[in-house]
Amino acid sequence: MDLFAILSILDATIRLSTPLLLACLAGLYSERAGIFDIGLEGKMLAAAFAAGAVAAVTGSAWLGLMAGMGVSLATTLLQGAASITLKGNQLIAGVAINMLAAGMTTFLGQTWFSQGGRTPPLGPGGRFEPITLPFANELAGVPIIGPIYAELISGHYILVYIGFIMVAVTAFVLYRTRFGLRLRAVGENPKAVDTAGISVVLQRYQAIIITGLLCGLAGAYFSIAQGSGFGNNMTAGKGYIALAALIFAKWKPVPAMFTCLLFGFLDALQIRLQGAQLGGVEIPVQAIQALPYVLTVVLLAGFIGKAVGPKAGGVPYTKER
Amino acid sequence: MKFSILTKAVAGGIALSAVMAGTAFADPALIYDLGGKFDKSFNEAAYNGGQAWKAETGGNFVDLELQNDAQREQALRRFAGQGANPVVMAGFSWTAALTAVAPEFPDTNFVVLDTVVDAPNVQSILFDEHTGSYLVGVLAAMKSETGSVAFIGGMDVPLIHKFYCGYAQGARAVNPDINLIENYTGTTPAAWNDPVTAGELTKAAIDSGADVIFAAAGGSGIGVLQAAKDAGKFSIGVDSNQNYMQPGSVLTSMVKRVDLAVQNALTEAADDATFKPGLTILGLAEDGVGYSVDEFNEELITDEMTAAAEDYKAKIIAGEIAVHDYTTDSSCPL
Repeated sequence: MDLFAILSILDATIRLSTPLLLACLAGLYSERAGIFDIGLEGKMLAAAFAAGAVAAVTGSAWLGLMAGMGVSLATTLLQGAASITLKGNQLIAGVAINMLAAGMTTFLGQTWFSQGGRTPPLGPGGRFEPITLPFANELAGVPIIGPIYAELISGHYILVYIGFIMVAVTAFVLYRTRFGLRLRAVGENPKAVDTAGISVVLQRYQAIIITGLLCGLAGAYFSIAQGSGFGNNMTAGKGYIALAALIFAKWKPVPAMFTCLLFGFLDALQIRLQGAQLGGVEIPVQAIQALPYVLTVVLLAGFIGKAVGPKAGGVPYTKER
Repeated sequence: MKFSILTKAVAGGIALSAVMAGTAFADPALIYDLGGKFDKSFNEAAYNGGQAWKAETGGNFVDLELQNDAQREQALRRFAGQGANPVVMAGFSWTAALTAVAPEFPDTNFVVLDTVVDAPNVQSILFDEHTGSYLVGVLAAMKSETGSVAFIGGMDVPLIHKFYCGYAQGARAVNPDINLIENYTGTTPAAWNDPVTAGELTKAAIDSGADVIFAAAGGSGIGVLQAAKDAGKFSIGVDSNQNYMQPGSVLTSMVKRVDLAVQNALTEAADDATFKPGLTILGLAEDGVGYSVDEFNEELITDEMTAAAEDYKAKIIAGEIAVHDYTTDSSCPL
């Protein structure tokens, strides 16, 4: 395997892990604040649809992104109203969001665009274009470092860079700011936070607002960056994989990034191994496509150790009974 | 409250029966498969065939978009029971429903596309996808500068292998040393609608040197066309003429004339004298399959390429070249 082939796989790894990473960080804010979020999938799907639809109608990727984030935020607030203010079961609220998003996106897509639930393909300007970083072309000739910089680091969509920057931002916010301390505290011991005179409800809403915005970015990535237009159920379970990655990473931002990269790498490898020969026998497509899932099970079962989530996770906060 | 719901339901029922009464003539019926009638591909071609028939004859037809698999038999019984004749269905998933319903309505003529149902009142129409794919394989191999062409299929099923096998034979006929890359987006029906995976497969194929990519993947094909366009390579569309979707990048489309088949079925099957129960195969000779050239791709196809494709087409029709059909023995000798 030469350098180019390796770079090609790593390049695909970055493309494929970005939506996972954004969704995983989104889940991190929510779960660290004590709210289990199984609705990541639904929020991404709703955002992907809104972004695709608005970008198709207006021809602007940025307006599409705004719409995606707006819809994801609205969905999150609905979920928040059910699980924070009304103290409903968080898992059920999340599942409801997933079902609502799966049905509504196809229904609205069919009603508005009459293309079997898809949104129209996007023209130039309607989707984000890859960004060539400065000096990428000049450095491309330099051995080893040149191709790595030009092929691997340069030439991604803006949302990819936002995703990786968000890892550093999240780590800083979580561990170095007052907001982060309080966020972690409401997830571990909301009573103590309440006793200190800080509103648990407000703190949790702030956390899920960030979740909503990040899910919006993740969803928009599907329809207006990686793809061109929305297709039925296009998030294809990535929200659940992001959730698994979050647990695997023990709710920490930097491990979350590596976990998402690992999942993305397995996906990229799977795509490139199709039709590959092993000892003269062609490996069946089905076996290769199952590979990421098999490895997920093995890794989760064998290497992670005990994953203990935020203590107050899943429990709506009741001030007094 | 309860009362008003009841009245609405009753009123709705009356309205529905009025609609049904209105259609209880011998208007033909056209039923699409899942995916909706404006899917830019298979179903839309069927719809266009219906519209063409309408424009030609001035007749009227009733149609229905399925929402789920459970509606298949119900829809057939409803249309046949109302006296719709013929009832035309598009899609290979109709086999079970039609096998059950056809004997119940011996006086109704049924036409089904893409599958075979053996009953005296059913006409089954199949397409020679392998010969059409052979011709686009010829064009792909002639267009390729890298000596490597790719195929991205949808769900990994024999019908799609039939496309690949024809394509591969065509490409090898022009260039016996050409490198062929074969990929499928998945093994479940979701593979028909996964443009993201299809796009990634396309990028991987391009990274390994392919510069022409044939997408036989339904809705997933959109991702292939997009990825090829982004990389400045060529793609080949399928079923409907998809040349317009990425002008200048879609080399051609392997068209399956579902529209023509539907149009003819609506005319011929309406009359028992012209109805042809049994198996009908539409191939190159009947213009049932082929490659498309229009204003969006005429600059991409040179005269030399057209001449070669037409030459192979004539030879296939004359029987001088036998294109192997994958579905006959589940293998693809190259």
